[in-house]
Amino acid sequence: MIKILTDNWSTIITGFEFTILSSIVGLLGSLILGTVFALMEMAPNKFLKFIGTAFVEFFRNIPLLVITLFFYVVVSHAVKINGFWAGTIALILYTSSFVAECIRGGVNSVDPGQMEGARSNGLTYTQAMIHIVLPQGFKLAIPSLGNQFINLVKNSSILSFVAGLDLMYQANVISGANLDPFNTYIVIGIFYLLLTGPLSVFMNHLENRLR
Amino acid sequence: MIYASAFNSVNMHYLMGGLGITIAVSIISIVISFIVGTILGVILFEEVPYFSRTVQFIVNTIRNLPLLLLIFFTYFAMPKLGVELNAFTATVFAMSVFESTMVSQIIRGGLLSVGAGQIEGALSTGMTKFQTLWYILLPQALKNSIPPLISQFISLVKDTSLATAIVLTEMMFRSQVIYGQNPNYMIPMFAIVTALYFVVNYSLSLLSKWFERRLATS
Repeated sequence: MIKILTDNWSTIITGFEFTILSSIVGLLGSLILGTVFALMEMAPNKFLKFIGTAFVEFFRNIPLLVITLFFYVVVSHAVKINGFWAGTIALILYTSSFVAECIRGGVNSVDPGQMEGARSNGLTYTQAMIHIVLPQGFKLAIPSLGNQFINLVKNSSILSFVAGLDLMYQANVISGANLDPFNTYIVIGIFYLLLTGPLSVFMNHLENRLR
Repeated sequence: MIYASAFNSVNMHYLMGGLGITIAVSIISIVISFIVGTILGVILFEEVPYFSRTVQFIVNTIRNLPLLLLIFFTYFAMPKLGVELNAFTATVFAMSVFESTMVSQIIRGGLLSVGAGQIEGALSTGMTKFQTLWYILLPQALKNSIPPLISQFISLVKDTSLATAIVLTEMMFRSQVIYGQNPNYMIPMFAIVTALYFVVNYSLSLLSKWFERRLATS
């Protein structure tokens, strides 16, 4: 196992970097898009509500692989897009539907008095939502958002389907060359645990503190 | 319509066979992971000295790995240990192991949400620890766990598509075979596969919402 590590160090580190890059871009993208769709889902406007709900239900109920391959195979005919970005965009769309559900859950558990109080002080719905209710809801949603982030890191292995150069892809490259899948996958597994392990310990800690 | 010919009877028959495999893998994995996950959940909840800690460590390790890695490991690396599995059994094995750990966390959470008064009450009426668990704790815990279990099983159904990587001829793989023959079939194939996955998973999520409403009123 040590030999696999030393022989393929730069390959593994490249994969590690791409996995981290994809996860961070995915996190930021899905937080922004997820918040937008959560707000749409809760909007008093019927049309916005419909669009938001349709988007969330659609992406929550189809496999990430379908979205990824759609971007890689179909969209790439129209727009030049490489495997890394096809996978990352798919990750953003897929994860944002889960993020939207987390944020909606958080906002729903904010005391309704907050909204009423803000409205009776003369704030519009949008102002009250953005300045008063959403920040509180966001804080309440942090534990479930953390779990989504862990899932996001794991799901980034989807990039290996579309030559996204991530850890999983490099694992297949390495095991294809050294014909030792057993030890190679264990080494790669350890690298994934280096990312997800501390995150899940941190999330447990946070959940216990909030409880 | 150049697309309409994609839905000819040969292609549809082939694709529906794939849907059958997707559903078969899902159902077998759901049953196994529900049983194993519940047992693991009880072990985690009971806090048996040393044993529960060890199980917790293993569960957390598996839970934090990508499912795709487990599928590859089962299919390509297990033969080194003398365990040769075909694509179907390898997928079922990897998914059952992974989902069992997910289910165990849900069941543990469900058991924790049952009030301490229930345990004290049951023990003080003379029930043994096992009877308390079996007749009092588990039924309530399982009832509370139904909505999160269903959403876990929705992601299980979606994740069966990952088995494409080890050439299991489930629906996603077969759609790729079909559009591989004729590029004009690409968009229709994506459309129908998306629709089929959506119908299966959306029905499951409607079921989950129905349970949530029933649990809220009872």
